[in-house]
Amino acid sequence: MGQSNQSYRRVVITGMGVITALGQDLETFWQNILAGKSGVSRITIFDASQFDCQIAAQVAEFNGTPFFKVPKDARRCDRYTLFAMAATKKAVQDSGIAFESENMNRVGVLIGSGIGGLRTLEEQYSNLLQKGPSRLSPFMIPMMISNMASGMVSMEFGAQGPNMGVVSACSTSTHSVGESFHIIRRNEADVMIAGGSEAAICSLGIGGFAAMKALSTRNDEPEKASRPFDRDRDGFVMAEGAGILIVEELEHAKKRGARIYCELVGYGNTADAHHMTAPSPQGEGAARCMRMALECAGLNPSDIDYINAHGTSTPQGDICETQAIKTVFGDHARKLMVSSTKSMTGHLLGAAGSVEMAICAKVIQNDKVPPTINLDHPDPQCDLDYVPHKAREVRVGAIVNNSFGFGGHNATLIARKLV
Amino acid sequence: MPEKSIEEKVKDIIVEQLGVNAEQVTPNARFIEDLGADSLDTVELVMAFEEEFGAEIPDEQAEKLLTVGDVINYVKEKQGE
Repeated sequence: MGQSNQSYRRVVITGMGVITALGQDLETFWQNILAGKSGVSRITIFDASQFDCQIAAQVAEFNGTPFFKVPKDARRCDRYTLFAMAATKKAVQDSGIAFESENMNRVGVLIGSGIGGLRTLEEQYSNLLQKGPSRLSPFMIPMMISNMASGMVSMEFGAQGPNMGVVSACSTSTHSVGESFHIIRRNEADVMIAGGSEAAICSLGIGGFAAMKALSTRNDEPEKASRPFDRDRDGFVMAEGAGILIVEELEHAKKRGARIYCELVGYGNTADAHHMTAPSPQGEGAARCMRMALECAGLNPSDIDYINAHGTSTPQGDICETQAIKTVFGDHARKLMVSSTKSMTGHLLGAAGSVEMAICAKVIQNDKVPPTINLDHPDPQCDLDYVPHKAREVRVGAIVNNSFGFGGHNATLIARKLV
Repeated sequence: MPEKSIEEKVKDIIVEQLGVNAEQVTPNARFIEDLGADSLDTVELVMAFEEEFGAEIPDEQAEKLLTVGDVINYVKEKQGE
């Protein structure tokens, strides 16, 4: 097991921070996830009364300003960058790393966003129409571009190592963590601040996804709207927030006595090359992605105990992912546990993968597996063990975390207990 | 409530936009050197003044507004016209 890793630097997760509808600190979030709570409610952060979809998992009470050294910097950030900064500060604190005694050329940042500053775009376009071009803010472009979270975080900490933003829709932050894993393996950095952030619960975001018929319209039962693998699912529920991980080289982490959640051992990254929004038949691209990650990790399918599914609660996506898991894992597909925590968190789009990776790290640390809630009547084509309704206590040695994005992007991470 | 003076309005905008303390916003305070504004802040400040006082400030004029006092005097002059 893991033989192919011998020549590479090893990579671990040592800190995590999340901003979500189910909690703005890791422990509250984790307890809510284990308890099977839903973070979905009626939208209050903008007037959604004219929209087909009026529900989301919103971070209703949030103030980003305290997370910046200079309050003015918070004013010039879109909500998605505020979420990223807040989650980063929490992750750094959780990791116990002291940047003042680090070589900051060896600390990088890779925070992505699926959409970027959509609310800024919306506000400014409204200014343009109502007041004319002279009223466009000089901060519009820097606020809305999807790489700015990585930029602002680097400035806040003086992190001068590798820095960029990933944009791959709903697989964004799984790619961010996977690329960070490779950056550290390749010896280009010792520490990466990695993850994703999203803040697209606004009229353009909800309206745009609703126009695709991608969103659940179960407006009268918000907490039951996200129901992956259930026969009555009718689309995903949009969420906002951020998930940031401190990804670190093993010896570097040991030297400073860091608490290690788990080791990152595998990363897969493939394209469907099939359709803008529909997954390839039988989840062919997703299956190749999981295989690539297993090969990278040097693990056999039977080594995997738990899969945190992409599982968005869309009719087609959940079936294709189930098929892909069967293709890759064969008989073992019936033995391993699969759950979609999006049943509780909603779909954080570009932040989904890193929030789910934080959940996976807690799963490995605590040997507890979160449930898929609302799975009252499994779709006959979705016939795996999705851990319905209730969390389980069971030893978890290795996990797979899947994310699939519009554009046909697939990303898979594999992590395991540090041995 | 009596309407705020031009001085007060200018001060309020600067405090809001630059996130500085009101005590720092003296007539002699320079936007860049003393109040920490960068090039993007100065563009946004001029827009906020235009919005508040309902007048266009041409670019060549905006470049000359280096201190808080410059802005107050400019607005008074324009309103006196």
